Amino acid sequence: MAKNNLLSIEDLCVSYGGIKAVKGISLVVSEGDIVTLIGANGAGKSTILRTISGLVKPERGKITYNGEDITGAQTTTLVEKGITLVPEGRRVFPNLTVLENLKIGAYLRKDNLEEDIQRIYKLFPRLEERSWQLAGTLSGGEQQMLAVGRALMSRPKLIMMDEPSLGLAPIIVNEIMNIIKTINKEGVTILLVEQNANLALRIAHGGYVCETGNITMEGTGMELLNDETVKAAYLGKAKKK
Amino acid sequence: MTLSTFFQHILTGISLGGAYALIAIGYTMVYGILRLINFAHGDIFMMAGYFMIFSMASLPWQIAIPMVCILTIILGVVIERVAYKPLRTAPRMSIMISAIAVSYLLQNLATYLFTALPRAYPEIPFLKKIFQFGTVSASLVTFITPVLTILLVIALMFLINHTKIGIAIRGVSKDFETAQLMGIRINKVISVTFVIGSFLAAIGSILYFTDRMSVTPFSGTLPGLKCFVAAVLGGIGSIPGAVVGGFVIGISETLLVALGYSTFSDAFTFALLIVILLFRPTGLFGEKNIDKV
Repeated sequence: MAKNNLLSIEDLCVSYGGIKAVKGISLVVSEGDIVTLIGANGAGKSTILRTISGLVKPERGKITYNGEDITGAQTTTLVEKGITLVPEGRRVFPNLTVLENLKIGAYLRKDNLEEDIQRIYKLFPRLEERSWQLAGTLSGGEQQMLAVGRALMSRPKLIMMDEPSLGLAPIIVNEIMNIIKTINKEGVTILLVEQNANLALRIAHGGYVCETGNITMEGTGMELLNDETVKAAYLGKAKKK
Repeated sequence: MTLSTFFQHILTGISLGGAYALIAIGYTMVYGILRLINFAHGDIFMMAGYFMIFSMASLPWQIAIPMVCILTIILGVVIERVAYKPLRTAPRMSIMISAIAVSYLLQNLATYLFTALPRAYPEIPFLKKIFQFGTVSASLVTFITPVLTILLVIALMFLINHTKIGIAIRGVSKDFETAQLMGIRINKVISVTFVIGSFLAAIGSILYFTDRMSVTPFSGTLPGLKCFVAAVLGGIGSIPGAVVGGFVIGISETLLVALGYSTFSDAFTFALLIVILLFRPTGLFGEKNIDKV
């Protein structure tokens, strides 16, 4: 079936003070999909997400969202347009309560938030129990749930997640992956950056492999899961001799 | 010292402390959000004194007071835009040096424009009316200052804890980048903190100078430094801390003068700073840094 391209990137280059972190990558995220970007440390995955969300300005290249050129746009504008990033390391506001963290996620909205807050609580019952607690006192898994919930509060069309499984227990990681699937079924497009390639590829419709600032491979989640090079490099399975 | 003179001095101390508290809030809020000690804050307070002199020259006090508040707010926000905003990503030392430069600039600008001679601070007749409670008597401003301070602090705490902009201020003070990802315009929130700080400095300036009767271009230096000590004593970054610090310094200073040690009253304040920095650098209510790994 022909899907609409929600986000497309052409020939994106990003440098940090002379060091090229992203060297001309192109990728496409179709509306309603989960697309994952896998790769080792320092491959440029986070930089790609940070550039899309306007935190880093690209050197070259074009980012199109919903048919509109958003290259170099302000982060606030992008949040308004429905793009949100769940940053690496969760980055909840430790000095705000759980409820305030959810409210700050909806900062740009002027309508009533009650319905959305209830929806997040339904998705993450643990957050409701702890709504008055300071976010800094939550466990890592709870903070990740809060970070995802906070991102949902802006009613995004596209959520980008940077390493949501980082530093979490396997059982929590599974829970987070299930939540990602649920959110996606509700119609939110997801761009997922993961080092846990196995898990990410299992839930993704499409995937890209990122290596030292370049995209070296692309395919559906299943294709990449079964690919011998991917297996050897990222899934910890030896090539069959 | 009789009991009634003691109460008299306590009252004066509380009143001075109230004015200090209002100025200290400006230091603490700017530090909370920018991690910057705004050395120009005392001079903004001094400029508010001059604004009052010129406003009252041609306007009744009912109009002059809001006018002074507005002019001081504009001054504070312009300083932030011109001297601090371009240095947002610079090392913290650069922005602090910029703050010191602004402080000297304001002092010299005031000397150039208004000369270094003391200018008489205008009297607002009703504030100077003497009230008598038993054996204790003082002008109305002495009674009003602590009450007004407490009311303003309650309003400010409500703003910080229960409004959207308050949540944004707390969020930005913790994490610029993530706050941006929430759609918050960082610069707008920083401007709001300068608006609040400058507004409170303007009110503090009116209350402080009404009791002192004259303004010079250097009137802001010492009170500014003392209020900075007040903010550190309370725990810089903490608003209730700044208020408590302001009152502690105001009262102890007044009592030292009353006991005949007026030569040491300023030295005491700064000795206090050294003691706090040695034994409790986070102050009375300062945030303890708990880093969760």
